[in-house]
Amino acid sequence: MKNIRTINSKKTNSEIRSSGCGECQASCQSACKTSCTVANQKCEKPNKTK
Amino acid sequence: MNYGLIHKYTQNGYFILIDTNSGTVHAVTELVYKLLDHITPPVSKQMPSELAKLDELSGYDRELIEEAYDDIYQLFDEGMLFSTLPELEYAKVDYENMPIKSMCLHIAHDCNMRCKYCFAETGSFNRARKLMSYEVGKEAIDFLIRESKGIKHLELDFFGGEPLLNFDTVKRLVEYGRQEEKKHNKIIRFTMTTNGVLLDDDTIDFLNKEMSNIVLSCDGRKCVNDTMRPMEDGSGSYDLIMPGFKKLAAQRGDKDYYIRGTYTAKNLDFSRDVLALAAEGFDQISVEPVVLPDDSPYAIKEEHLHTLFREYERLTREMIKRNHEKSHLPEAKPFNFFHFMIDLDAGPCVYKRMKGCGSGSEYISVTPEGDIYPCHQFADKPEFKIGTLKDGITNKEVKSCFGRCPITTSEQCKNCWAKFYCGGGCAANNYSFNKDINVPYHIGCELERKRVECAIAIKLVEAFEEQ
Repeated sequence: MKNIRTINSKKTNSEIRSSGCGECQASCQSACKTSCTVANQKCEKPNKTK
Repeated sequence: MNYGLIHKYTQNGYFILIDTNSGTVHAVTELVYKLLDHITPPVSKQMPSELAKLDELSGYDRELIEEAYDDIYQLFDEGMLFSTLPELEYAKVDYENMPIKSMCLHIAHDCNMRCKYCFAETGSFNRARKLMSYEVGKEAIDFLIRESKGIKHLELDFFGGEPLLNFDTVKRLVEYGRQEEKKHNKIIRFTMTTNGVLLDDDTIDFLNKEMSNIVLSCDGRKCVNDTMRPMEDGSGSYDLIMPGFKKLAAQRGDKDYYIRGTYTAKNLDFSRDVLALAAEGFDQISVEPVVLPDDSPYAIKEEHLHTLFREYERLTREMIKRNHEKSHLPEAKPFNFFHFMIDLDAGPCVYKRMKGCGSGSEYISVTPEGDIYPCHQFADKPEFKIGTLKDGITNKEVKSCFGRCPITTSEQCKNCWAKFYCGGGCAANNYSFNKDINVPYHIGCELERKRVECAIAIKLVEAFEEQ
């Protein structure tokens, strides 16, 4: 597309449907303690996307 | 059809488009950016003829407009614009009864500083000043291992007050945790948040060996830090803490740490504090807004938002510049800013994004008395006590409130493009301002959206530079 450049891949339906393994860090334990953000948390699964 | 949200904005010379449900980020031309103001889903394959007649597009040839429209249609057709969510398996996750895997251990309800914005009443949490005993800490570790059920990775944060006031107990509890994790096939990640006053060489060695992450509290510039984070006698703390912090960070190796500050209405130019910390050699930095009621002289208010947005933009430009320079300028000092960290390709799963920090569901805090609260920020509110280490979780009513997900229950979240980046906000902040843990704190939302915009702008610039 000439007018649009997409910089990441979209989530697939199976990824969205995943209920997660629950192994990742609680976001408040990393650095915030007073405000919330979740998108910066790491996934525990190697080579996993979403 | 329930079409999803999009969000568009301009930053650093780019026209940026975010599709909420697919999580895709796009750099678009100005023409597409303008066209999107006039397009609602579903997007038809054939361009509506009135689009070419719009006054604001009068400078464009019809052929160019049609080409741009075709690209918009293609994006829609491929599920990356106004995208819908499929049937939600994660909505069936029982957030009320999840294993508890993460614990904030209030090892010391006492502090050797008198920070002016402290939510813990300078360490006491509105109670008598007290240190946690080894026995209570041990019970807490047993509780965490037991309640984590099948989860292998556990977290235990030594928090206060100031945890180093009870360092001997910390050391004993780490030893106990190491022994128990082996027995139960768990991995416990210990972390600590410290003000640094009591750091010495032995303490630094121990923390760098045992803590998977350390949060070092400092507000940035010496003048800001010393005003907001005085010692008990009123003297400044900066010169006391900085040597230990630098030594600890320098010897940290590849383990995580953050030097973390709080900005208030008194230092709205907080980007200078971030840069001051970078100038001191720290490369993992977090500086966050204070959360205080409007009658506090330090409170962040609506009228501050414009200034704060400009500060986040300034920080964005500086980070982009340093990232660009790092390959050829040794003095560039690139740094990582906690709230600008975002992984657009392999971040957390949707289950995680639904519930944010997990307070009161998979994350709890434990006081020196052995009382359990949904998180450290509720520990001064007796009505939020959800149980004790001895009796377990007994207040099911309060616990169940924490099992709800604001991003599916709150109107503000449902209509927010940034919901999957934020996870519904901080329950404690929500409660402080709205007396409801699931109704978002407006100022917090505004700042979070701005930070996400900046984080994505940085990623977009990186993507173009890699090309």
